[in-house]
Amino acid sequence: MIRFAAFRLLSLCLSLLAASLVVFCVIEVIPGDTASFMLGLNASPEAEAALRSELGLDKGLVARYLAWAGGMLTGDFGTSYTYRVPVADLVAQRILVSLPLALYALILSTLIALPVGLLAAALRGRAADYGIMGITQLGIAVPNFWFGMLLVLAFAITYRIFPAGGFPGWEAGFGPAMRALTLPAVALALPQASILARVMRSSVIETLDADFIRTARAKGLSEGQAIRRHAFRNALIPVLTIIGLQFSFLLAGAIIIENVFYLPGLGRLIFQGITQRDLIVVESVVMLLVFAVITVTFLVDIAYALVDPRLRRR
Amino acid sequence: MIEISNLSLTIGTHPILRDVSLSLEPAQITGLVGESGSGKSMTALSIMGLLPRAARTTGSITFDGQDLRQTPERRMCAIRGNDIGMIFQEPMTALNPVQTIGAQVAETLRIHGVASRAKAQEIAAQTLARVGLPPEKVPPDRYPHQLSGGQRQRVCIAMAVALRPRVLIADEPTTALDVTTQAQILTLLQDLVQQDGMALLLITHDLAVVSQLADRIAVMQNGQLLESGPARSTLTAPQHAYTGALLAAAAHSPRRAAPPKGRPLLRVQNATRIYPTARETPFSPPGELRAVDRVSFDIKRGESLGLVGESGCGKSTLTRAILGLDALQEGAITLAEAPVTPDMPAETRQKMQVVFQDPYSSFNPRHRVSRILREPFHLSGIPKDLPDRIAKALTDTGLSPEDAHKYPHEFSGGQRQRIALARALIAQPDLIVLDEAVSALDVQVRAQILDLLADLQARYALTYLFISHDLTVVRAVTDRTMVMQAGKIVETGPTEDIFRTPQHPYTRALLAAAPRLETI
Repeated sequence: MIRFAAFRLLSLCLSLLAASLVVFCVIEVIPGDTASFMLGLNASPEAEAALRSELGLDKGLVARYLAWAGGMLTGDFGTSYTYRVPVADLVAQRILVSLPLALYALILSTLIALPVGLLAAALRGRAADYGIMGITQLGIAVPNFWFGMLLVLAFAITYRIFPAGGFPGWEAGFGPAMRALTLPAVALALPQASILARVMRSSVIETLDADFIRTARAKGLSEGQAIRRHAFRNALIPVLTIIGLQFSFLLAGAIIIENVFYLPGLGRLIFQGITQRDLIVVESVVMLLVFAVITVTFLVDIAYALVDPRLRRR
Repeated sequence: MIEISNLSLTIGTHPILRDVSLSLEPAQITGLVGESGSGKSMTALSIMGLLPRAARTTGSITFDGQDLRQTPERRMCAIRGNDIGMIFQEPMTALNPVQTIGAQVAETLRIHGVASRAKAQEIAAQTLARVGLPPEKVPPDRYPHQLSGGQRQRVCIAMAVALRPRVLIADEPTTALDVTTQAQILTLLQDLVQQDGMALLLITHDLAVVSQLADRIAVMQNGQLLESGPARSTLTAPQHAYTGALLAAAAHSPRRAAPPKGRPLLRVQNATRIYPTARETPFSPPGELRAVDRVSFDIKRGESLGLVGESGCGKSTLTRAILGLDALQEGAITLAEAPVTPDMPAETRQKMQVVFQDPYSSFNPRHRVSRILREPFHLSGIPKDLPDRIAKALTDTGLSPEDAHKYPHEFSGGQRQRIALARALIAQPDLIVLDEAVSALDVQVRAQILDLLADLQARYALTYLFISHDLTVVRAVTDRTMVMQAGKIVETGPTEDIFRTPQHPYTRALLAAAPRLETI
């Protein structure tokens, strides 16, 4: 198991190295010169050149990559071209919104999806199963920003339980901050829960056809016991894969929901960075997201091995 | 002890069992034989109350004076595993892969509330030791994937007998196992029956297994129980014509011409195939597994050569090399003087064809037979007389030219194996590799296919490499036999000599373990 984790950790580091090269190169080939963009249309070539050398853009590719990658390793993400503040500070503010939001949504979606999927599998072919499947179909079909607006209408305007948008900051206390994140988290979680519940249901049903379930029934387990004691854990493997993918999506893909609820998250930061050619911000945030995704993949791999002893040997 | 009377079973409008009556007695082994689809497993599942949801039954299954058909599900859960245990065919998938074997055996005890957690683990360890898995050799904290097929079947048996049930149902318990493992498992079952006085219902398609073990034999066909009686009399003087036909088919040996004395067609010299194994650390070199280790042999034109050995001995790896699917690390293979490699020309490739074991999965279900038969020409170009060739190949294999327009699912298992043969024949090959080609077939169908193979060999001077774990069949249809163990050929010689006077200890062990059909 330790060897398995060491192997995975090594592959994590190599993936990060490869990803940093790709991110750096892609940003380099994007058309648009940062200095001329920042100085506007009427800037003199001398002023542009001066700014380039100030930003370190006149150095060679390799030198700039090494400076950038080396800086990231030491926590120095460089200085934003437009805001003129360290990228690390910008990112730190935003991640304190995005990461809790993503985790909140993921926990909600998992807590909803696993029992619902298990129930639908246990009642497969009956009316309740069809009902659950119909609702999840709807959950996948409805866009999450529209669902977010409905939530605002119902719980912020009509009933005034949750704020309609904005984020008070963690300084305001845990309660108010979580309240501000609740509606966006629900809006993000429901489509994910719908997908996850369907995966869980089909995975459990597939496992129920397995020979070892028949063996368990022959031992004297009731169908419910066989599902709880034998099918559940075996059915988790495909579900874990989906959970891993969903976390990456929730972390970076919440741009629209962040806009609907006026949340200062990573998605909005990267969007602003792209529109303003603030390449150092884009590079750093993309790299951070890559790091998050690869770390989640690593954690999912470890979770696989915890669930399934057959995977521990590799 | 268990009395089944007039049991009928339908699924939808489809009758599965008709008026089956059978009784199981303590300390007796009842062998239930019949072809696939005859209703053997459904009879067993009826006793367990584990039939598919859509199944409807009539008649009665009495156990201890109560009718199991009428018994509520809660009560059935208490009976299953406690009074009636069951083991199944596929030991590789019958165990939960994410639980230790000890926990799975202990669960039988826990679920019936007969022991505390610690006590259950202790009894589980004892039961595992009793079925031949002592803790010092196979600790109970092992996971199923760390065990061989035979060991897994022992775990299944331990789960079924942990509470010393009065009835044990074994549904094809050894069909998926090698002969030597099969012999050990059968002996274990026999011992358990004697020690515990259990009634054992042994379901199998293999008459030889029943003939060696069973006290009573029951024969099923098409959902009906044709006859049942003491083993000896059923085997020597069967009451029903079908039983006689089964026995004859099992012992069937096709008429074959004398072995040829021609030149070698296929030459295998020093063939070696090495697989890399997992690395110890990320930077250490991979280990190596010599799956085929310096194997040399010839097959003469028109000859049938048998290749026997247990699973994992390297048969399949050798076959892949002979077919030119994998490259060799050392040595060489030639077919009619032409070298055999993965990039050999289409003409050489066409000279050898292969027929695999499973007639159900070796065709694309969306292709018609005509398209399936066209496959061998993908590399060499479609011949002008293709429709004639298709008609001839189908007629040669006992099918009709009209079958070309049908899809694989419209055929039975035996007919599909004929299609597979037709696909091999259409390329007019010299060598046909028959990789367990008759192993999945029922005895009567198997006898027909063996006759067909002998007939085709005589007509077209075909050369066969016959790979099988079934020694009886190899003896019936081959001129020479090779015995393979751990990547090496340990013995080779004329088939009759190998079977009569085996020289190598491994060959002797293999032959001793193989069940023989003891009739008249």
